[in-house]
Amino acid sequence: MKLVTAIIKPFKLDEVREALAGVGVQGITVTEVKGFGRQKGHTELYRGAEYVVDFLPKVKIEAAVPDELTERVVEAIELAARTGKIGDGKIFVTAVEQVLRIRTGESGAAAL
Amino acid sequence: MNIFTKLAAVALPALAASGAALAQAAPVVDKGDVSWMMLSTLLVVMMTVPGLALFYGGLVRSKNMLSILMQVMVVFSLIAVLWAVYGYSLAFGAEGLIIGDLSKMFLLGITPDSLADTFTDNVKIPEYIFIAFQATFAGITCALICGSIAERMKFAAVLLFCVLWFSFAYLPVAHMVWGAGGYLLDKGALDFAGGTVVHINSGVAGLVAAYVLGKRLGYGQEAIKPHNLTFTMVGAAMLWVGWFGFNAGSNLEATSGATLAFINTLLAPAAAVLAWSLGEALMRGQASMLGAASGAVAGLVGITPACGSVGPMGAIAIGLAAGFICLWGVTGLKKMLGADDTLDVFGIHGIGGIVGALLTGVFSAPGLGGTGGDDFAIGAQVLVQAEGVLITMVWSAVVAYIALKVVSVVMGLRVAEEAEREGLDITSHGESAYNG
Repeated sequence: MKLVTAIIKPFKLDEVREALAGVGVQGITVTEVKGFGRQKGHTELYRGAEYVVDFLPKVKIEAAVPDELTERVVEAIELAARTGKIGDGKIFVTAVEQVLRIRTGESGAAAL
Repeated sequence: MNIFTKLAAVALPALAASGAALAQAAPVVDKGDVSWMMLSTLLVVMMTVPGLALFYGGLVRSKNMLSILMQVMVVFSLIAVLWAVYGYSLAFGAEGLIIGDLSKMFLLGITPDSLADTFTDNVKIPEYIFIAFQATFAGITCALICGSIAERMKFAAVLLFCVLWFSFAYLPVAHMVWGAGGYLLDKGALDFAGGTVVHINSGVAGLVAAYVLGKRLGYGQEAIKPHNLTFTMVGAAMLWVGWFGFNAGSNLEATSGATLAFINTLLAPAAAVLAWSLGEALMRGQASMLGAASGAVAGLVGITPACGSVGPMGAIAIGLAAGFICLWGVTGLKKMLGADDTLDVFGIHGIGGIVGALLTGVFSAPGLGGTGGDDFAIGAQVLVQAEGVLITMVWSAVVAYIALKVVSVVMGLRVAEEAEREGLDITSHGESAYNG
């Protein structure tokens, strides 16, 4: 089992969601985050006070998927989230030790 | 003509004259004037609560929102009560060079039938509404100072400081500018609605307080940003609308003089919005909402002393000047002064008041569209205006400084460092503005 974590541009969320449904991912968790990579931030001015804001709003998507689905999931996110411009984001794949469905108590692949 | 017609020719006019004299003895109280003054007073109340409260509130961090709302509301309420108890008497109760007396303490002797003067001989308004109108001026002046010391002062210290400054700075300045026998009134200083009494007074006090209190933690290093500029704009809009009562109500009658103040209150801030926005666009490439809102307030401050005696074009000129100069006041000048005047009370109210007071001396000239008489001399008037500005600045600064030192000894001025970091809402008031 793998946890696929993707940081994407917020306006790409709907597209990525649809793409994930298309490859058979049933559920995801979405968080609003902020961060920066190579994309520059912006400057804010309040009367005499100037602030350089490095952080940009992003969306983090997490989905636990079976091993055999992982490659297709990563590819689906990559294609849906890409704009070609700086700031598109990153995808991380990490191993999951255990998964449990709270309602039924199922664990392992059955819980995905 | 026979003897009787000759007598009649003499007697009738004399009778008519004495009849007119008798009629003149009874003062005129016009329902239109009274209604207008009640409305004006309402508008100034709204300027403070919620106008100023929201204007300021949106500019602070969310963890301090309630503390600002609280300070504005409670200071206003406290000063209103003290005004009735002793403030009105000292400011307007009697003749005096610097101050009145306590003869009208607790509003003794005043009834619903008591009358107060207007600017027209024999036209009066009920004294109660004059008292109430002036109470709102005292209240908003003290509430304005809260902007300079926002986000770091003990609540009780704010209240005690306001009581002291109100008693020893606001009251004497108000009397000198508006009270019978007042030094500046007698000198011919023009301050229709309180450029000195309200704005320079509070602006200087705020600056002194900012110096004495010291800077907020993290000032200049951390990002300290307004948490809700929507509130600030709403507050500024309420200030603008309410200011029609502040300025035109200062005419004390619903006559043409009030309409001059009224139109000036429309034009000056409008010009100032444009000036500030243009100035910002030239300085940094973009005009901001906060700039436009600040410009409106700066223009309103600038026209406050002038609204009753300058013409509409003069109002536009004053608005443009206030817009540009106050933009400098909150940027370049603020850096030069080096104080953490949190919400720019000096930059906008202090500087705007000074600009307005001096330009009142210029644009009241009949040649520039003002209502000055044939003997009006710009140079002489500007000198008188400058004297008023200087006296107010020095008096306010000295009183503010002493008051702060007294409060500091009695209870301390600033909250503890951890409290300042956590936020005043939770630590001073036990509540949180946003629990979503």
